[in-house]
Order: sequence, then C-alpha cells, then structure tokens
Amino acid sequence: MSERLDRLGLVFVALLALAAILVPILSLATPADSALNIPPYLVQLFGKYVCYAILAVALDLVWGYCGILSLGHGAFFALGGYAMGMYLMRQIGTRGVYANPILPDFMVFLNWKELPVAWWGFDWFPYAMLMVVLVPGLLSLAFGWFAFRSRVTGVYLSIITQAMTFALFKEFFRNDFGFGGNNGLTDFKDLLGFSLQSASTKAALFSASAIALIAAYWVARAIIGSKYGKALMAVRDAESRMRFLGYRVENYKLFAFVVSAVMAGVAGALYVPQVGIINPSEFAPANSIEAAIWVAVGGRGTLVGAAIGAIAVNFAKTYFTGAFPEYWLYGLGLLFVLTTLFLPKGLLGLALTARDKQPVVETPAIAVEEGADP
Amino acid sequence: MRADALDDTLAKFLDDKFPQTEKAIGELAAEAPPQAAAILEALGENRLLFDRADHIVAYKTTAGAVINAKTGQPIASADAFKKVRVNNAIRSAIEGSMGSLTLANPDPQKRIAAAQDVFKTRDAKALPALEAQLAKESDPRVAEALRLAQAAIVAVSDNVSSPDRLAAIGVLKARGDQDAQSLIDQLLQKTTDPVVKSAAETALSSIHTRLAIWGAAQDLWYGLSASSVLLLAAIGLAITFGVMGVINMAHGEMVMLGAYATYVVQLLLPPSLQNWSLAFAIPLAFLVAAIVGVAIERLIIRYLYTRPLETLLATWGVSLILQQAVRSLFGADNRLVSNPPFMSGAFHLGGLEITSNRLWIIVLAIVVFVALQLVLRATPFGLQMRAVTQNRRMAAAMGISTARIDMLAFALGSGVAGVAGVALSQIDNVSPNLGQGYIIDSFMVVVFGGVGNLWGTALGALTLGIANKILEPVIGAVQGQIVLLIVIILFIQKRPRGLFALKGRAVEA
Repeated sequence: MSERLDRLGLVFVALLALAAILVPILSLATPADSALNIPPYLVQLFGKYVCYAILAVALDLVWGYCGILSLGHGAFFALGGYAMGMYLMRQIGTRGVYANPILPDFMVFLNWKELPVAWWGFDWFPYAMLMVVLVPGLLSLAFGWFAFRSRVTGVYLSIITQAMTFALFKEFFRNDFGFGGNNGLTDFKDLLGFSLQSASTKAALFSASAIALIAAYWVARAIIGSKYGKALMAVRDAESRMRFLGYRVENYKLFAFVVSAVMAGVAGALYVPQVGIINPSEFAPANSIEAAIWVAVGGRGTLVGAAIGAIAVNFAKTYFTGAFPEYWLYGLGLLFVLTTLFLPKGLLGLALTARDKQPVVETPAIAVEEGADP
Repeated sequence: MRADALDDTLAKFLDDKFPQTEKAIGELAAEAPPQAAAILEALGENRLLFDRADHIVAYKTTAGAVINAKTGQPIASADAFKKVRVNNAIRSAIEGSMGSLTLANPDPQKRIAAAQDVFKTRDAKALPALEAQLAKESDPRVAEALRLAQAAIVAVSDNVSSPDRLAAIGVLKARGDQDAQSLIDQLLQKTTDPVVKSAAETALSSIHTRLAIWGAAQDLWYGLSASSVLLLAAIGLAITFGVMGVINMAHGEMVMLGAYATYVVQLLLPPSLQNWSLAFAIPLAFLVAAIVGVAIERLIIRYLYTRPLETLLATWGVSLILQQAVRSLFGADNRLVSNPPFMSGAFHLGGLEITSNRLWIIVLAIVVFVALQLVLRATPFGLQMRAVTQNRRMAAAMGISTARIDMLAFALGSGVAGVAGVALSQIDNVSPNLGQGYIIDSFMVVVFGGVGNLWGTALGALTLGIANKILEPVIGAVQGQIVLLIVIILFIQKRPRGLFALKGRAVEA
C-alpha cells in the first residue's frame, strides 16, 4: 500500500504543479466569456481550499503518523494568519479611514497613542514571515515540551490542546490584547506592493498556496520516509515499547508537533490575504475539530488523502451552506459519525483497499495499550 | 399636640399666603398630629379648603366628601370654602415633610423604610422629626435605623458639635459598610477637632478591614457558586470518561437538553403547578438526557471502544446534530425559563449578598454528589461500575457484563448532565449553544481531578471555581482562565492522571 501511496503522491504533486501553472494562465490569459476562464472569485476559493489542505497535511503528520490528535492546529493556523494580517495592516498606512501612517485604524479608534511592542517590525515583510514561522513554532514547542514530557497522551492531549485553543480564542476577543479584538484585522490593501483586489495577485496567491502544499507534502513525506519517520510510527503504534527500547519518545513527538504547527502557521499566512480578514473566530475550537474530520474523511496517515479530504469537505461546505444552510450542520455532524464508524481509513484508504482486495490489517497498537490501561 | 397648637397651625392656612402655608407644613411635620398626613396629602393635591369667615380648615377626600381638618367630622356643604393655593416650593416642602411624617407611622416596617429613606437622602430638614421619633421609639430595630439616619445627616452637616460627631462616628462604625465609609470620609473633611479626626480615622480603618473580610467572603461565595455549576456539569463526564475512557464531546448537549426540558415543562404545566415546575423538570431532564445518552452509546460509542480519539470526533458530530436539531425545533434565540418564587431574590447574611438561585444550585450540586456517591458505594451496579473503571478486562473475567455497565454508566452520566441543565436554565440563557460554554471547563475539572474517584471531581471543581473567582478581580476573567490553564498543564507534569488517579499497575501511568 505504501508504494502505491507514493505513486499516488507523485500524481498529486504533478497535478498541483499543473494547477499552479494553469490556473493563473486560465484566469488571466483567457477572455472573460471563454469556457476555460476561471473567474477571480473561484481562484480565490480554490486558494482557500488549498490552504485548508496544507493544514490537513500538517494535522495528518501528527495524527496519522504520530497518534497525536491535536485540537490546537486551528490555533497555529490562526496565529500564522494573524502574523500575516499584522503585516498587511501595516501596509495600509495612510489609506486607512483615520489615515494614520503608523497606527492601524482600530488602534486610532481605541485612542492609542503608539504602536504596541508586539507590532514592531511587522511593516518589514521578512520579519513578518519570520513571525509566521516562529510564533506557532515556539508555542507548539513550549506546549509540546510540557505535554509530552509528562506523558500526556490520547484524549487527554486532545483536551489540553483544545483548552489552549479556547484560551487563545477568548484572549484575542479582547480589545486590550491589541490585535483588533472582536473585529480582527481586515481592510487589507496590498501585499508587497501588489493590490489584493487584482486578479493577478489572486492568481499568484493561488500558485503560492499550491506550491506551499507541494512543499508541505514533500517535507512530511521526507520525514515519514526517513529512519526518524519509522521511529515516529513505532511511537504511534507502541509508545511504551519504544520507550523501553531506549528511544526518547517525547523528542520524536515534539519534533513532529513543531514541524506540523509551523506548517499550519504558513497555511494561515497564505489564507489571510486570500480571504481578506482574520478574526478571533478562526481560533474557535470547532475549527480545529473540523480540520480533524477533513483528515479522517480523506484518510488518516496518507497525507494525500488528508489534502483531498480538506478540499472535498470544504467544497461540500461551500455548496451546502449556499443551497441548504439549515442542513449543513446535520450533514457535517453525520459526516463525523459515519466516517468514524464506517470509514476508519477514509476515502483513500477505502479506495486503496478495494484495489488490494484483501482485508487491511488494523493498526493494532492503540487498542492493545488502551486495553492494558487501568 | 395640644389642641390650641393645632388651632394655631391650621389658622396659618386661613391666610392663604405661601410663607404662612410653608410654616404650617413645618409645624405639622414637627408635631405630627394624627391627621397631619391626610392634611398634607390633600394640600399637595389641591384638596385642602378653608373658610376664613368661620375659621374652618377642611379637606376633600378623594371620594369627594369634605372633612373638618381639626375634628375629623364630615361637613355637609363645601360651598363657602376656597382652595389653599399651592406652588412648587410648597409641594417640595410637603414632600420633605411627608418623609418625616412616615417616621411616625404606627407600622414599624414603614418607620424603618422612612428612616432608610432619610439615610439615603441625608435631608437635614428631617432631623427634628427624626430626633422626636427617636426619643419615643420603643422598637429597637426602628431605633437603630433612626440613629443611622441621624448619624448620616450629622456626618454631612457643617455646624455640628464634636460630641454629636463622635456619636455619629460610633453609629456608622457599627454599620460598617461602604455607605458608612463614605459618610465618615465626608465627616472627616468637615471637622478640625483632633479627637474627632482620630476617632474617624480609627473607624475608617476598622470599616476597611471589615469590608475586606466580607469582600473576600463574597468572592469565596461566588467561587462556591461557580464550583457547584462546574461540579454539576463535570460529574457526569467524570463517570463516563472514568468507566469507558472515551470523551463524550456531546456531554454539553446533554446539559443543553436538560435546560430545554425545563423550558418545555414550564411551557406545558398549568399555572397552578408552575411553582413546582422544577420538581417535574428534574426527573424529566434526567430521563431525556439519559435516553439520548444510551442511544449514543448503543449506536455509536460501543463500536469505537478501541479508538478513543475517533470517539471524540464521532461524539462531536453528535453534538453538532443535537444542537442543530434543537435549533430547528425551538429556534436559535434564547428561551425564557423563569425562576420559581423560592429561587428568586436575594438576602443578606452579614456583609454577604446571597442570591437564592445560586444557593439552591449549591444545594442541588451537593445532593447530586451525595446521591452519586451512594449509587457508587452502596449499590451492586456501583460496585460493578467501579470494577470496570479500575480494570475492564479483569472485571469482565469476573463475570461482569461490561457492555451492560457501559450502557448504564452512560445513562447515569448523561442523566446527571441533564439535571445540571435544569440548574443552568435558572442562571444562564437557554439556547442551543448552552452546552458549548461549559464543556471545556468541565474537561478541565476532569483532567485536574482525575477519574478514579468522584472526590477528585468535587475537589477539582472547587479548586477551579474558587481560583477562577479569586483571580478574576485581580487579573481579569480571561487572563484568569489562561493562568488556570497554564497551572493545569504544569500540574499534570506532576500528576499526569489528575489529583485522584487510580492506583495500580499500568503501562501508561
């Protein structure tokens, strides 16, 4: 199955690369009435899905290969998004409603006199990008270090990560916290001098997202394919045994967790200029859990499946919330229930097994250890 | 009041001149003859009449009869009478005097209310009436209220002797609340006498200490109240998590269903039974939540036992469906659930303000806790449940039907969540999102308290509830929660399975 998965991965990367080239061409170089033309709003929508796919790949790396169901990835995603949003806010400059060259509008509105320290340097793009990586990375490092060191595993870990998300969710709602409070950051004008409204910027952002997804897939693939990755999966399947064999289990988990959090942060940073807003609701615990269901639907531990799941579920969400808004939550709820009950390997797992025509060996591990638990 | 004095007073109305009328009002208020209130009220409403020729003052009742103001006898014809004129100055004089007149009301409750009014307004004009009433007051509670009112007036007046000020400080010090504090502050500004100053300062510091103690007690009370809510919401979760090791993300929705059960009960009960609505709501909420809980367990969770993380996702899906179902049935906006009479209002206990609904929720939390302990300790089901919690395989080997215990434990845990919903319907908005607000805090309680023992849950709820309310005024509500989260993360460094972890051999422990 693994070889087939690798081949599938190559196809996936090739398709993404093709999309990264073709979508801008079709969007910009074809006439608007042509059948091949992709209007800017669709480019933007696809770009959004691709960002979600990066988040799904990040989550699959820790959940599918390391057994850590993080319910905090929505928070890392949002933190990356805020870092990008802060850069975009500083770029507005005097074009804001209050035309203050330094302070973003909401600070003028709150009657603040000077820029808070946390905002310093965000007008410089490389620094903002550094923060996109550093903030989720350091938070996950500190959080994971404490959690894995004390051997918090399984549902305990999920709950703790959810509590972290929830705490950030509430904190970002406060005006005093200095990141726009309830309204978040919005009214962005341009990125590196390119207007966010123009079709070419949108196409470029889509391509950047697709390339980032390829990179995320490649990084995750490289980790999993390495000796380190084998140990990681062994930790997933039999943590105690690995520990008894002398492996520093927490270091393996911590590395995967931090890499994954950084990926999520990058995804968030690409997401914000495409949707044009970042606000505290991105921290909502529900978002993180939804990301988990993308991975589950596509197929846990397949990377490609996670990306496909994210795109498929969000496509369905866009369609249903438009067509039958009151039924979407039923649909999403059923998706959670039915996927976990009947599709434990996800769509991709199902497809691969069907072609194998032989029963898949259940991952034995968690079952054995939980059974031995008190 | 001597009869001739009353005559003199009433004679002043005959002139029908404002200064004379005002003087008469003052005298009536000070002397307070029995008919004074009726006369002043009539005057205020343009119903006071006079006949200068016959030297008679009379008032028309609201029913239209004309009464001789002095004798109280009805008068046949009112043709010769003219109305006493009134202007705004007179009206405000009447208003002031009515306050002091009620000081002489035969009903002690009314006298206390009047004294409290004076305490609030600090109207120096009421002082003579106050002192007159104080001299003849027999009821000690009224006397105390009167003395307080007197002290309040003294504290804000300029020309008062030092002994009077000292006496006022003494009375205010005994009262010892925020009002007293601000009054003594004002008094301190007005005096130059060093004796009075030092007495005021001592009194202030004593009041300050007293207020600090009561303030801490009040925080403790709020903390207890928050803890009881947390305990109710978390204890069912502790049971299901303890027995099955799976997190039920739909637990909050069981709470929500309980709250809606209360709403439906109040909707359907006839008015005569409304006061007893909670007596119907508690069993119904338990039943509804327990049935839904069993359905979740039978239909979903039992197929996922070896995959706890996926159980978390599946039950999250259930919670989405339940929320949307309730939203479709009852609408997305808040439903109004009323407090029965015994649960509304508040009372004072020393410097504490205790709201009845919070008190009853604490009582309910204790009752639920004791009942659950009894079920766990004194019934065969409880014994088997504890066995499964400790070691599922061994319990199964001993002949316990673990599937049956799982189902019953889920029913029990969910039912208790439903009861928590009844309690929450009394203090929170009943909306489809009700459960979401409590679920993460409940998880924290379970993570902190451990699942081996309900005492862990109780201690966890108490610690988190009280710590939250103590941190809240110091660093703000959200920061308080974040600090607690960090504390919990640090705490599980030491005790990864909570306060009351099960002892025994285990791979992971």
